[in-house]
Amino acid sequence: MIIAIASGKGGTGKTTVSASLVSSWKRPVLAVDMDVEEPNLHLFLKPESVSSEAAYLEVPVLDKTLCKQCGACAELCQFKALSLMGAHLLVFPDLCHGCGGCMRICPEGALQKGQRELGAVETGVTPGGIPCLTGRLRIGEAMSPPLMGKLRQRMHAQAAKESLDIIIDAPPGVSCPAMTAVQDADVVVLVTEPTPFGLHDLRLAWKAFRPLGKPMGVVINRAGLGDDRVHAFCREKGLPLLAEIPFRRDIAEHYAKGGILAQLDPGLRATFEDLAERLERMGAEVNHA
Amino acid sequence: MTAASILKIAVTSEGPTLADPVDPRFGRAGGFVVVDLASMATTYVDNGSSQVLAQGAGIQAAENLVKAGAQALLTGHVGPKAWAALQAAEVKVVQGVEAMTVGEAVAKFKAGEFAFSDAPSR
Repeated sequence: MIIAIASGKGGTGKTTVSASLVSSWKRPVLAVDMDVEEPNLHLFLKPESVSSEAAYLEVPVLDKTLCKQCGACAELCQFKALSLMGAHLLVFPDLCHGCGGCMRICPEGALQKGQRELGAVETGVTPGGIPCLTGRLRIGEAMSPPLMGKLRQRMHAQAAKESLDIIIDAPPGVSCPAMTAVQDADVVVLVTEPTPFGLHDLRLAWKAFRPLGKPMGVVINRAGLGDDRVHAFCREKGLPLLAEIPFRRDIAEHYAKGGILAQLDPGLRATFEDLAERLERMGAEVNHA
Repeated sequence: MTAASILKIAVTSEGPTLADPVDPRFGRAGGFVVVDLASMATTYVDNGSSQVLAQGAGIQAAENLVKAGAQALLTGHVGPKAWAALQAAEVKVVQGVEAMTVGEAVAKFKAGEFAFSDAPSR
């Protein structure tokens, strides 16, 4: 079973919810931080003996002696990674999305396989024995989905091998990185806050993820702040409200020290155990359907 | 190519005429006013196909400009990738052109008031 913790708005508490959900999950679970631009789940789960492996994307390298400037590759490329300018074929490897089409279409074999470093995939285990996976984008790398693709391969392999459920801490927003992060999920959790910004971005997230046809539910963080329009939106759209985390100073203090909310007091522990049970039920319904 | 041998120049523009303001952007420019220096006849090349690209707008703009037959470009800033594309097609580039009309920029070019750039903007 795969649960993705997402949100439209950044800073609503995805990582807070992910860390507590991981610690409250009943079955063996793999914690995956897919916010590769700024991973932070490790600050809470504190994995040890972390090993890091560089990840690469296959990009074209031009052999000028073979190129006959036919322009077929440049015409195929949708990302301007190849451009035929006069008598010169130009390659811009940092614009390449790695589809490999140019290498296949070149009649002269002038485009050969090269590599662009995307970043790293890190593996570790928490002191409590929970395995963790993190992607870390290379500074200067503009695209996160290719690295997320490598992370997803690794995630599926490890979960299959060790019979693990998966909890994904997704990046914020509703563009390619967020869509990439939730595409494998059985259930998507939308974390929001009861403010106008929270509602605005929750609506965007609901619109973006709804076509995927996955069951979704909402967790309201900082409950008690703002107004009840998020509640009204959830009722209107038939989105189940799965949990509410109160807006309290001691919660903020605990979080700021890197603490896991589910371990702060019995009330919060019960909140996250209940959330875990509800999500397991939602996921089980998907898998049986 | 020397300045004297340049017959056609392109100016990034917010509109289709010599009276329109120079658009200081290259890749995301609205379009190019292409000027035949001998006759002062102008044609307008829409750059909308570059503006809508998520990435590589400067490269696409360079392709559009070369297709239009321009041998020199007057604009505000050219980034490194667009620069490489323009260099490959041997298009001369003047940067720092802004806050004036396309016609004023062309007049200054003809009067020799502009120097060609030897590096892209960052």
